[in-house]
Amino acid sequence: MSAPDTPELVLEAGRASRNYWGDLWRFRELLGFLAWRDIKVRYKQTVLGVLWALIQPAVTLAVFTFVFGKLAAMPAGNVPYPLLVLCGLLPWQLFAAAFSNASGSLVANTHLISKVYFPRLIVPLSSVAVALIDFAVVLVLLAVLCAWWQFVPDWRIVLTPLFILLTLVAALGTGLWLTALTVKYRDFRFVVPFLLQVGLFLSPVGFSSTNLPNWRTLYSLNPMVGAIDGFRWCLLRGEPPLDLLNLAISSGMALVLLISGLWYFRQVERTFADII
Amino acid sequence: MSQPVIEVSTVGKRYYLSHQQRSDTLRDSIAQTVRGLFGGASQGNREEFWALRDVSFSVNQGDVVGIIGRNGAGKSTLLKILSRITEPTTGRAVIRGRVASLLEVGTGFHPELSGRENIFLNGAILGMSRAEITRKFDEIVAFAEVERFLDTQVKHYSSGMYVRLAFAVAAHLEPEILVVDEVLAVGDAQFQKKCLGKMSEVARDSGRTVLFVSHNTGALQAICRSALWLQQGRVMRAGPMAECLPAYLASGNEAATYAPTNADRPHLTSVALDRTALATGRFRLSVGFKSPFPLNPPVIGIVLQSRHGQPLAGSNGRMMGDRWTPPPLREGVITAEIPMLPLHSDTYRASVYLGDATQDYDQKLDAVEFDYISPNFYPQTPPLHVIGQLDLPWQWTVDSR
Repeated sequence: MSAPDTPELVLEAGRASRNYWGDLWRFRELLGFLAWRDIKVRYKQTVLGVLWALIQPAVTLAVFTFVFGKLAAMPAGNVPYPLLVLCGLLPWQLFAAAFSNASGSLVANTHLISKVYFPRLIVPLSSVAVALIDFAVVLVLLAVLCAWWQFVPDWRIVLTPLFILLTLVAALGTGLWLTALTVKYRDFRFVVPFLLQVGLFLSPVGFSSTNLPNWRTLYSLNPMVGAIDGFRWCLLRGEPPLDLLNLAISSGMALVLLISGLWYFRQVERTFADII
Repeated sequence: MSQPVIEVSTVGKRYYLSHQQRSDTLRDSIAQTVRGLFGGASQGNREEFWALRDVSFSVNQGDVVGIIGRNGAGKSTLLKILSRITEPTTGRAVIRGRVASLLEVGTGFHPELSGRENIFLNGAILGMSRAEITRKFDEIVAFAEVERFLDTQVKHYSSGMYVRLAFAVAAHLEPEILVVDEVLAVGDAQFQKKCLGKMSEVARDSGRTVLFVSHNTGALQAICRSALWLQQGRVMRAGPMAECLPAYLASGNEAATYAPTNADRPHLTSVALDRTALATGRFRLSVGFKSPFPLNPPVIGIVLQSRHGQPLAGSNGRMMGDRWTPPPLREGVITAEIPMLPLHSDTYRASVYLGDATQDYDQKLDAVEFDYISPNFYPQTPPLHVIGQLDLPWQWTVDSR
């Protein structure tokens, strides 16, 4: 337990801790514990338990298939429409869960922040990890649907983790901004559900982004456009084909969000305990 | 080796007290910024408050330092700075060694999780590694005496069990520097004793450095060799506990004086508690008054209250009827004494009243607050919310049949 060499720690106003990232690594187990706590507690005292992670996407899937596939009769290429929707819904739900968990994470852990030191970044990071669990559950739904339509994805499926990463980067970037802002301005609590509602329609969840040929580049400024297109490309045998320029734009936006989010978070992190 | 493990120089911590308006919503913040742009005083409704000011001291390895001071003296703020929860506004602190801080018992306990799960969670939050917790798991459980309830959700625990488990986890931390806020004020007496024992063991045997805040003078004397006395955010005195503690307890002898709110009416002018006498169990409160006409007779009323303001005992001259025979007076000091204050050690308050034979003229509610350390030492006092504050001269008789 004793440190190999006695670390000298200087506490001073405005002095960013030099070994912040080292501390973050040292506290990695805490990250795991916090995520584990949230997962354990999540479905306590519920009857259906983890089934809730399936019910919501299943219902959304049915509604979107009906509205976009049947009512609006949008084209799906040569894949069953529900599969097209589910491959959009998967990354979107991952984003939505990770983003909203991260946004509320600091305020939800007020009691920790005002009583114990640890790199505050642990809190939003662990809440993002929790979102991955629900995501894994929905993957089961995808497997069931693929089996139903006897749809077998090809080699591209191995690239899916890249797009999971893109989704998480976008969610963490926006989540960091909002959680840090919410510490000071509780207004942003109301912004989160609103952003998610608008985002659901501004992202190609219920339809394919190929329906917007002329707008696709501008559309790709929404990082979730790249993520959802990528998911479909990976899981639906390269359909619709990947547009590398648009993917680069989406990925760039996600990175900008993450880096600026980290920057802002680090700026205000030192005052969290005083104002939370 | 000769370098101190904690070096604090001219540390200050400023908070803003906002009045009337809080700027915690975006709208307020924008409104203030806009007002600022147009030359309005955006700082107008904020008041600076220095919780700590120019605090300097150093602690050597193996020192066990008790931090003493009244409520609001800045003790907790100092601990928060040293445990990196908040940063100082001015000055700097250098810490050489790993710090673990215990500002609250059971930080991060989750009511829905079992005792077993909470040990791991709480341990991780306090900075222990999983391997370390696993290694000490049995020891922690034994210390907390909760073996049977390990897999019960913590929300079903009694408050005593909860506190025991929480302290047990914290007690098994092994940092080089341990920072502990008033956490021993919880739990039953037997467990408190156990905690104190553990604390002194930690301090004495392992050469660890401990900073310890407490109002429990017995604990301070038992555990700490040196003291840091804070008053209103500044260091009053630092040195051996044996010197600082009596000085601290006797401090505040100087009378509180009051400017008249209305000089045309009889009013209270001062209240002085003799804290030197109090240290020996003698309660002595002197109350000054002044009146535009002779009070016949002058009557002072005193009500002793618990720390929460609940009245415990009160008296005044009027109650005594014919036996209260001072001459009519325009000005004077009336002193009330209780030779042996029949109260247990705790924080108390007193309110004072001024009147004459028929009516009351002035009052000072919560005029003084004091920590009373009873000279009667009971090794095992149950919590005061169970037995009450009164320490009456009980006499027991036992018949064997």
